[in-house]
Amino acid sequence: MAMSACPACDAAPLAQTLATQPQSNQIALSVPDLHCGLCISKVETALKALPQVTDARVNLTQKRAVVTGAADMPIAPLIQALAQAGYPAHELDLTSLSATQTDKAGKDILMRLAVAFFASMNVMMLSIAVWSGASDATRDLFHWISAIIAVPAIAFAGKPFFLNALKAFRTRQLNMDVPIVLAILLAMGTSLWEVSLSGHHAYFDAALTLITFLLAGRYLDHRTRSAARSAAQELAALDVPRAMLIKNGTHTSVPTASLQVNDHIQVAAGGRIPVDGILIEGISELDRSLLTGETQPVLATTGMALSAGEVNLTGPITLRATAVGKDTSLHQMADLVAIAESGRANYTSLADKAAKLYAPGVHILAGLAFAGWFIATRDTRTALNIAAAVLIITCPCALGLAVPAVTTAASGRLFRKGLLVKNATALERLAQIDTVVFDKTGTLTEGRPEVQNLNAFHDNALRIALALAHGSSHPLSKALTTAIQAKGLKPAPLRNVTETAGQGISADWLGTTVRLGRADWIGATPFDQTAVYLDLGQDMPQAFLFQDNLRQGAQGAIAELQSQGLNLHLLSGDTEAAVARTSKRLGLAQWQSSVLPQDKAAYVQALQDQGHKVLMVGDGLNDTGALAAAHASISPASALDAARVASDMVLLGADLGSIPQAWRTAKTATRRIRENFQIATLYNVIAVPLAIAGLATPLIAALAMSSSSITVSLNALRLK
Amino acid sequence: MTILSYLIPISLLLGGAGLAAFLYTLKSDQYDDPDGNAQRILAPDYDEKPKA
Repeated sequence: MAMSACPACDAAPLAQTLATQPQSNQIALSVPDLHCGLCISKVETALKALPQVTDARVNLTQKRAVVTGAADMPIAPLIQALAQAGYPAHELDLTSLSATQTDKAGKDILMRLAVAFFASMNVMMLSIAVWSGASDATRDLFHWISAIIAVPAIAFAGKPFFLNALKAFRTRQLNMDVPIVLAILLAMGTSLWEVSLSGHHAYFDAALTLITFLLAGRYLDHRTRSAARSAAQELAALDVPRAMLIKNGTHTSVPTASLQVNDHIQVAAGGRIPVDGILIEGISELDRSLLTGETQPVLATTGMALSAGEVNLTGPITLRATAVGKDTSLHQMADLVAIAESGRANYTSLADKAAKLYAPGVHILAGLAFAGWFIATRDTRTALNIAAAVLIITCPCALGLAVPAVTTAASGRLFRKGLLVKNATALERLAQIDTVVFDKTGTLTEGRPEVQNLNAFHDNALRIALALAHGSSHPLSKALTTAIQAKGLKPAPLRNVTETAGQGISADWLGTTVRLGRADWIGATPFDQTAVYLDLGQDMPQAFLFQDNLRQGAQGAIAELQSQGLNLHLLSGDTEAAVARTSKRLGLAQWQSSVLPQDKAAYVQALQDQGHKVLMVGDGLNDTGALAAAHASISPASALDAARVASDMVLLGADLGSIPQAWRTAKTATRRIRENFQIATLYNVIAVPLAIAGLATPLIAALAMSSSSITVSLNALRLK
Repeated sequence: MTILSYLIPISLLLGGAGLAAFLYTLKSDQYDDPDGNAQRILAPDYDEKPKA
């Protein structure tokens, strides 16, 4: 890009060298808890105190820290140091994220906007002198100075429009940029012609203001999208794509992408399975809730087929890869999304609809004005001047601002409430919904078990259970430990505590063997609900029953959406009993259990075929097809990558209460967009007859353009 | 009206200087962290250069 417009930049070698530093020794960390000036200095001091760190810099706006240091600097100590300082941090993948690269496209628009604004203000100053009565030589001088400023400024600032129009011209399509470019070029051409004949009217100011307003709209649009994009990338970068490969007896950590079929891979307890495979060593339990929605952990023994995306709960396991990369079940699920998504691509945004009506209309109007005046006066100059005035006055400054101003205001508002709008037309689509389909596990519920029947046990039994569960990392044991500790009980003295991976824990208590674990291991009759069984060596084994807690705000959100007359459905891959319980608690009448992923997508599709507009809310891989098929979709930040990619909006906070809020905001935003179009049309209805009648002066054009753009922006701000 | 021959160039020059200054700040990444910059001016530690 030509930087000749910025001689001062050559005097900024500092910024240049900093920007070109090699990135191999830079690590970006996401620090979500950054919020004040004190945080900045705390985090920077904590990082700089480490010997391997040469520099650390916090970006408060993006809530990130960029650390510079030795090329082989490990990440774990950095995260540990921050954790000690009280700031949990995650590594960000610099390859999938241009974290240290600043936003080039945004800067480019901003630079052109600055040039256009500078030029338009100067030309406007000269034009005001002409409108207030400068005549003859003075007027000609002012017009010539205006031309000298305007021609290069327009050539530079209007480049994005020229390129877009050229592209549209080549593919023989009509987009919003074609009438814009035509208006600018025609206005410049006729004005230069007029000025050379020392005519009265020149439209340099109008052409420049037009570009300024349109660039402002485009910048707003870009900023909303890039904010959403960088936050979405940040979420994607949280899934660290590494796996533990076992080759010739040695363990090496390699990128998941480099794994081959038949590789042996170890997955630690708590780790996510990276590829499809067969379990060859170890015994454990698997959490498949993200894939299927089941909340009950599944026992995994040697020879069992494992799918990428499942979480290994208890012991370390080794698997032999059977499918990697694009062949994994995880990726095939993503293909389902691609098919479903093509349906949504057919949605035409309000702006596109307006452009479709607008672009041909303007050209026809200007053409007719030219023809009419040419026939009436046989004077090309007058006819061309009037055609230029018509184009300039109808030019879509307000239209260019109408949508971006509203979406920027709405997305900003939603972002502060913890909702990230990823897609440009998401708000419009969300405003149209009449049906909401929820997933259960991880969406309406937290996906985290909690003990229900603690009071059915004696304190003594609880003390033993606590002692048994204490050392285990199994999520059910952890939940049990927290619950019993909350009652203020101390663990019973046990001896020989041993954990059998995937089965349970046993120990010696005053001479009797006590056990805590799965039903079949203990020898108890299993319940149809998530449970852990306690065997005290005497009576019948007793069960601790677990229930998945509702997510914060779930009840309120459901009640509010229901009271607004929306149709609510619950679809889950979980067992009938669990789904029935959740629906009852939330008061949902329409629910289905044990739903397969394809059926979820089909269910949503069937609803849409009946003419309903569906909002899908889900987090699992089993939801991705449905998320993509639905008219609009929301997924929580805890969702898997694929689900987040498939959805229009991501819920950053834990509170589901922002869903009805988003719906309300979307409705107001769409109303504002429509109002803005009406305002823009109203101005045209007044100004176009004047232009066609040949009564429009550059002053009227400037007034119409500025006042319509300002009203439209103010109307958008009313959203707050 | 000869005063115009001074005033117009002067106004253009001043405006151009403002534009050049803005472009310089834009080029040297000074708008990357507005929230952080607002906080940093209150920090007691010495902090001499802006950075990406």
